[in-house]
Amino acid sequence: MDLAQAVLVVMWAGLTLYALLAGADFGGGVWDLLSGRSRTGMGRRRLIETSIGPVWEANHVWLIFVIVLLWTAFPAVFASVMSTLYIPLTLAALGIVARGTAFAFRKAATELWQQRLFGAAFAVSSVLTPFCLGTVAGAIASGRVPPGLARGDILAAWLNPTSLLSGVLALMVCAYLAGAYLCDDATRAGHPGLAEWFRVRALAAALAIGAVALGGMVVLRSDAPPLFSGLTHRALPLVVASAVFGVASLLLLYRRAYLPGRIAAMLGVVAVMWGWPLAQYPLMLLPSLTYDRAAAEPAVLAATLVVIAAGSLLVVPPMVWLFAVQRRSLRDAGTPE
Amino acid sequence: MGAWQSVLSAAGPASPADLIAARMQMAVSLGWHIVLACLGVGMPALMLLVEWRAIRTGDADYRRLAHQWAKAIGVLFAAGAVSGTVLSFEMGLLWPGLMGAYGQVIGVPFATEGVAFFVEAVFLGIYLYTWDRLPPRVHLLTGVPVLLAGTASAFFVVCANAWMNRPQGFVLSGGVARQVSPWRAMFNPAVPHETLHMIVAAFMTTGFLVAGVYAAGMLRGRRDRYDLLGFLVPFTMAALLTPVQILVGDFAGRSVATLQPTKLAAAEALFRTQARAPLSIGGLVSGDRLRYALEIPAGLSLLMGGSPDTVVQGLDRVPPADRPPVAIVHLAFDAMVGAGFLLLLLSAWLGVTWWRRRGLPRSPWFLRLAAVSGAVAVLAVEAGWTVTEVGRQPWTVYGHLRTSDAVNPAPALWTGFVVVALVYAVLTVFTLYVLRLIRWSERPVAPQEPDRAPGPGVS
Ligand code: HDD
Ligand code: HEM
Ligand code: HEM
Repeated sequence: MDLAQAVLVVMWAGLTLYALLAGADFGGGVWDLLSGRSRTGMGRRRLIETSIGPVWEANHVWLIFVIVLLWTAFPAVFASVMSTLYIPLTLAALGIVARGTAFAFRKAATELWQQRLFGAAFAVSSVLTPFCLGTVAGAIASGRVPPGLARGDILAAWLNPTSLLSGVLALMVCAYLAGAYLCDDATRAGHPGLAEWFRVRALAAALAIGAVALGGMVVLRSDAPPLFSGLTHRALPLVVASAVFGVASLLLLYRRAYLPGRIAAMLGVVAVMWGWPLAQYPLMLLPSLTYDRAAAEPAVLAATLVVIAAGSLLVVPPMVWLFAVQRRSLRDAGTPE
Repeated sequence: MGAWQSVLSAAGPASPADLIAARMQMAVSLGWHIVLACLGVGMPALMLLVEWRAIRTGDADYRRLAHQWAKAIGVLFAAGAVSGTVLSFEMGLLWPGLMGAYGQVIGVPFATEGVAFFVEAVFLGIYLYTWDRLPPRVHLLTGVPVLLAGTASAFFVVCANAWMNRPQGFVLSGGVARQVSPWRAMFNPAVPHETLHMIVAAFMTTGFLVAGVYAAGMLRGRRDRYDLLGFLVPFTMAALLTPVQILVGDFAGRSVATLQPTKLAAAEALFRTQARAPLSIGGLVSGDRLRYALEIPAGLSLLMGGSPDTVVQGLDRVPPADRPPVAIVHLAFDAMVGAGFLLLLLSAWLGVTWWRRRGLPRSPWFLRLAAVSGAVAVLAVEAGWTVTEVGRQPWTVYGHLRTSDAVNPAPALWTGFVVVALVYAVLTVFTLYVLRLIRWSERPVAPQEPDRAPGPGVS
């Protein structure tokens, strides 16, 4: 493995973690939106809040990590993507601002109207951000971001069948992940009633995802032939794996085996996340910019890897501790229904 | 890598209006972030200080302060983190020309900064989550990495900025950076003065801002011991740092004189290269002259070289197209220095009365000024950054890349700027509002805090 490949793998691992952890956060916001009126939805919103409260901050840094790695290791790709797709990315950034602050503010707010206002901002931006990030993925994967500064069409690059499809899928997958996590968390906190509420909805989301994904293959075939052929050839094992994990998690959820269901859902997402780069490897930007031509110089790649290695030693142990603290308190305190 | 040139070709030049929009958007989001960044660096120090006193003395007032400040940090960190995330997007959204050509050169300080953020975020989560769940001393220790990481992140990110002022660690060939040595780029000659000045500024700003909140409370008659401590601890920290900061500022000025003489000339509005260069305060820039300024003869030559015969380079050494907007830079520089001396006087006032009779000055004007001292410090920070950033114009990477070549050539950046500015305006209102709520509430409010059973009087 050369240095550029190593950075690519680390970067993609970061993106996968972002999808799994922050994806569930976004999904929490989606369920918050669907939790019903203030009074009936209270218990659900409380559970969502306790589940994501202590770690939401830490989840968030994964995205920054990926962005910084991209501009350090593949500067031309970063510049091309950011300049062509500046509209959905600006919207996603604003969504992140609205979400992060509204979530923090809602907790501090005392009056019902304030909680409603911040709650609405939180929920709406939870939908906006993953959708926009999904359209960005679709734009890159379908080859609509040519290398160069703002060389692509700033509207059509992300308003097209593949982008819209991946935007919608991203949103639904977030909702599903969160639903599966929340069933598990609700059971641990001793609220089977809440778990039931999320279970039914997570199941519905899973079925919807299956339907959209199948229909989506038809869209990809006509709209993004290179991606389609990559997914159905080199990346086929991963595509199949993600379908298998998806179905498995659906069945497990159905049988109320929440923890395994949650793990299967995560594995399904991981399979999709790695299927995409495998499908277009070694290209980073279609039609012809390969990763090795886009990569920074070896000295930079090496320095970056050193920083990451040293950083992991510093960050991983306390992170494990933080997760442990959160798990423990969720069990001890329970959440008021 | 031979295809880099074609990869970096642009769709077309950005319109002048879009360039201005991009610069203003960057200024708004950085100007916003820097206030929270200052608090993110400085507040953990205050919090640890009072928690340590609380453990040592068992004093309930110190403990209450530690609790309140920790809550404020939780909320501020949330706002700081999201505003910082926007910045990392904007580096690419607005300045792809910079990042495409030089992203690999300044990537490493940003990556290191990322590690520091991770550490800060994780330990802050632990600290806020374990108030009553860990032995007090252990709990105090979990806060130490928050302080260290916050300071380190300020250091690293300012290294990246220093590089833009003093680019090195690469060889330019055909518009593309090659033979990059990331560590040499990171540790460039502008690092010492910029990082030191910024970190001291962060602690000062925090001290005056927090003290100002309690000063305002005291003016409204809240004069318990709790309020007095809430005022004195941060104010003392800031007051002790103010003279230090003025010395560091002097050091910064001398460094800039050698590294970026044009920037210094703009800051001092010195148009003509001369010995016995005067130190000009205030005044109006019109054309190639400064009028109505208060001039200290040979002052600048004395400050820069210690002798009136020191020749100071003026703006006449660079063609007009390579000069920064002098009026803005000069005004900002005076504002920063003026703010610094104002804060020094205020600090000295308390110092004198405390030394004489161990008490606050009796004049209500002391508290009134102290209440706005935080705003004055923020003004100094914003002005200082204006000197640094606008003083570097028309360059983004000094001497190598012009701002007009760094900007995103996509159309309609104006709309983006308007939307972003509106969002930040709303955000400002709500952040201030929520911080006010914290002052009166003992409930858990920070997003990382666990919910406790509601105490008496809380609905
Ligand atoms: C509390 C804030 C504060 C105060 C009281 C001062 N400064 Fe400052 N100054 C800053 C906060 C600041 C800053 C915002 O932190 C800057 C921007 C970039 C940097 O490194 O620090 C800065 C930049 C900055 C620069 C430009 C550095 C560069 O571009 O490389 C100079 C020359 C000075 N300052 C000089 C001074 C002097 C002579 C002061 C004497 C009173 C002073 N500053 C007080
Ligand atoms: C002098 C300038 C800056 C200083 C001193 C500074 C410092 C800080 C600090 C201390 C934080 C932690 C948040 C908090 O505690 O409130 C923070 C957050 C952040 N900053 Fe800045 N920053 C500066 C400029 C920038 C710039 C130019 C960028 C990006 C290009 C940036 C990117 C970020 C990011 C991504 C975060 C969020 C990290 C997280 O989620 O924890 N900062 N900054
Ligand atoms: C330390 C981290 C910082 C980095 C890496 C950074 C980076 C940049 C970049 C890339 C630009 C656009 C290019 C240019 O105009 O030259 C810019 C402009 C600007 N920045 Fe900074 N900046 C930093 C800190 C700050 C802070 C804290 C402020 C606070 C006020 C600030 C204020 C500005 C302003 C006002 C401009 C616009 C200047 C102009 O266009 O005239 N910067 N900065």
